[in-house]
Amino acid sequence: MGYLDKQFNNSNVIVTSLDNLLNWARLSSIWQMQFGLACCAIEMMAAAASHYDFDRFGVIPRATPRQSDVMIVAGTVTLKMATRIKRLYDQMAEPRYVISMGSCSNCGGPYWEHGYHVLKGVDRVIPVDVYVPGCPPRPEALMEGLIKLQEKIRSESVVKKTA
Amino acid sequence: MLTEFGRIFIFFLIGGIFVAGGLVAAWFVRPKRWYPSKLTSYECGEDPVGDSWVRFNIRFYVVALIFLIFDVEVVFLFPWALVFRSLGMYAFVEMLIFLGILLVGYAYVWVKGDLDWDKPEPEIPSVQGTPVSSAEEHYQEIVL
Repeated sequence: MGYLDKQFNNSNVIVTSLDNLLNWARLSSIWQMQFGLACCAIEMMAAAASHYDFDRFGVIPRATPRQSDVMIVAGTVTLKMATRIKRLYDQMAEPRYVISMGSCSNCGGPYWEHGYHVLKGVDRVIPVDVYVPGCPPRPEALMEGLIKLQEKIRSESVVKKTA
Repeated sequence: MLTEFGRIFIFFLIGGIFVAGGLVAAWFVRPKRWYPSKLTSYECGEDPVGDSWVRFNIRFYVVALIFLIFDVEVVFLFPWALVFRSLGMYAFVEMLIFLGILLVGYAYVWVKGDLDWDKPEPEIPSVQGTPVSSAEEHYQEIVL
């Protein structure tokens, strides 16, 4: 186990200061594993480009799960791809988060009724932290999703959760 | 106070502490939750197939060997270049002989083709003259 990973039983001023430091460090440099599958990938690229800059949040695209903190699943998840997504999520290192971008990865999207090849929502294979709705969501919507993820990281703690 | 080299040593020490301190702090902070699926090799999501050890091309060995020899030559050249003016013509001619010997070696390596990346196709020697007739032609005569 990590020496500081959920090892504390109660919170005091040292633990809360450590919490603040770790959470600030982690939310200021969320490296994304760019997982663009379909049309949402274009909007993700637009969010990372110069007009709606992602780099000012500290978000750098990494192509490998080993070096990334967040996996932005952008696009339609087919059944063939779902096994790969599970394997790649397993290969990510903690602390890891998932942003499900677009309506195909939230709930199956336009293929919810007749899509025989589509996984109806990526949360059937991996745990998702933030859902960004839209078809495709505008880059500003994806940035709001990232900010919500930052708020979620800010509320984490090294104190062990009891019951 | 410190000598000049002492100051460089302090510089290296601080650099080393900077790097090691970052790595040690990260080792304390990061969560370690290992499970078998996480420890598999990364192959873009597919099942890892085959060995992950890659064979190196043998030409890198040749290039590295020749580099090593000429690197040692340059190491000899550096102190000579600092003091040869005060040593006179004798040191100059001696170094020219040393460089000449190594230049002959360099020319040999170049002409023999050891520095070429694409090796030429090997020539298969061909034989002039008629081949000896095989036993197949005289099979009927031998058996019967």
